[in-house]
Amino acid sequence: MPHASGYFRTTYARDIRLVDTRTQLGSLAVLVLALAVLPWAGSPFLLDLANQFLLASIGAVALMLLTGYAGQVSLGHAGLLAAGAFTAGILFKEFGAPFWVTLPAAAVTGAMLGVVFGLPSLRLRGLYLAVSTLALHFVVIYLGGEYEARRGFSTGIVIDPPRIGGLAVVDARIWYFVLLAAATLTLLLALNLLRTRTGRAWRAIRDHETVAEALGISVPAYKLAAFVVSSTLTAMAGALFAYYRGFVSVEAFSLFLSIQYVAMVIIGGMGSLLGALFGAGFVTLFPYLIEFLLQALPTPGRFANLVFAVNYGAFGLVMLLFLVFEPQGLVGIWRRIRDWFLLWPLKQKPLER
Amino acid sequence: MQLLVNIVVLAAIYALIACGYVLIYRTSRVLNLAHGELMMLAAYLLLTTASLISGHPLAAAIAAALLGLVVGVLVYRFLMRRMTGERVLAAVLATVALGILLRGAIVLVWSAQQQYPLQSLGWQNASLALPGGARVSAASATLVLGTGAVYLGLFAFLRLTRWGIRLRAVGQNPLLAAQRGIRLHGIYALAWGLSTFTGGLAGMLIALDSGLDQTIAVIGLKAFPAALVGGLDSLAGALLGALIVATAEVLLIYYVDPLLADVVPFLVLIAMLIVRPWGLFGTREELDRV
Repeated sequence: MPHASGYFRTTYARDIRLVDTRTQLGSLAVLVLALAVLPWAGSPFLLDLANQFLLASIGAVALMLLTGYAGQVSLGHAGLLAAGAFTAGILFKEFGAPFWVTLPAAAVTGAMLGVVFGLPSLRLRGLYLAVSTLALHFVVIYLGGEYEARRGFSTGIVIDPPRIGGLAVVDARIWYFVLLAAATLTLLLALNLLRTRTGRAWRAIRDHETVAEALGISVPAYKLAAFVVSSTLTAMAGALFAYYRGFVSVEAFSLFLSIQYVAMVIIGGMGSLLGALFGAGFVTLFPYLIEFLLQALPTPGRFANLVFAVNYGAFGLVMLLFLVFEPQGLVGIWRRIRDWFLLWPLKQKPLER
Repeated sequence: MQLLVNIVVLAAIYALIACGYVLIYRTSRVLNLAHGELMMLAAYLLLTTASLISGHPLAAAIAAALLGLVVGVLVYRFLMRRMTGERVLAAVLATVALGILLRGAIVLVWSAQQQYPLQSLGWQNASLALPGGARVSAASATLVLGTGAVYLGLFAFLRLTRWGIRLRAVGQNPLLAAQRGIRLHGIYALAWGLSTFTGGLAGMLIALDSGLDQTIAVIGLKAFPAALVGGLDSLAGALLGALIVATAEVLLIYYVDPLLADVVPFLVLIAMLIVRPWGLFGTREELDRV
């Protein structure tokens, strides 16, 4: 649907432009400005939340590419995050490797694991594929745990803050800009991939594998590519996560984390990068929201030690509600609101071409 | 000898849990990833019934098992029925979400502490001596016998009774079954009920043997490879699959590394997915159906 009246896309280049109209350019500029001043405007707590969101958004965008666009379900995302985090942790602990070595190393590990995670997808589909990624998650976690146990880091590996150009990244504000850059690059990569041949091939595979094959798309190659791209990004997010926390432990990468990432994709809305961002924001903020609500209860003390359980239960409930009542996710709600304003005073959307 | 007993007991646990996965999968093609949590719920329900019906431990156990059946029917009626017509994966993710919800709810209701339903029932868990110097706890022995009874019962039910035949018909072709006047929703609810009933039995017996806390749900998930190795749509396969997975797990833990415990079933699962993804007794077409 066009976002401005009397506006027609007359060239192909125009049709795939990322920033389409002047209004979009304007709002983008406002967004950039808002993101740039946020570290000075917000409290340290808000900054930590923003950092967590940026970290989660990298993983969520990566999973969205795989699940939302290429249609390959993965329940092993936490395993990939763990692989990245452990690559960084082990290289740092064993060889004292600096940040600019560990991050590419994590990416390479991710890419290799992507092939491993993706190989079953050449033969299996849907449910069976989901199960195979689930199994691989447990294998990766086992390997991490084994390393911790063998080397005597049973409580976890402590990592020093990274140094970029002689500057140690300790301050939350510097972290914010590092993570913002990482998340923006990920998003730009995803946006660009999706408007190329690769992105179109992924969508074709998602919608109908046989037809995609008949159109001359090499289904196995593009499926593997989807897994490799997604796992590379995820493993890098995992390495950043390790540095941000300053600590790596298998405990942090439970099956629940995988489910949280899947939930980001579902709650945000399948097949939309904006949805991935919405979902990442929602899932990151959710525990804090629950805590806030519990504090607001007349007897906050009663639930103090049950916060974790309430969190778990409420998270499952919200995920269920989205699956049952709003399969389009947050982005579906957002689109309905946007269309209402765009169409006003009319009600009906024009028929899709 | 003790090793053999351990294998048989673990295989019985996995088999009893795995038949729940198989029952739901072969009727509705949904993989119920909340099975472990539903099983845990039944075990916690046993705690409650034991305190409500004190003095009659057997009555309490039966009441808890029946409650497990009711829970399964309710889950279908109020949740999974709404997922009809959605993509299979949406349904599977719904069960994942249900599992998380149940975990939270169980801690809220029963607290996260380790509990011992055996004591609240007032039973003793005697250690029985077997020929060959091996020992087995009474609860484990009950579990092995119970698994045998459940499988015999299920085979008889599916082969001989009207409802069992309907259940198989729905599994083979829902459209034709509906055309013949079989109520699909009723049958699906029955499958869910039976599945949580058998899973609940497993949960209760494990809890009787080794106490009850949140880790029991992990056992539920570890039993899933057993179902897949045998073939997700085959009950007999689940038995054999459980035996294979249990053998691999016990031997590897004993001879290689105890840390492997949580990962062996999934290694077996991966091996099976590479070699023969539809399972030992499964039908090959299953791969394309989901």
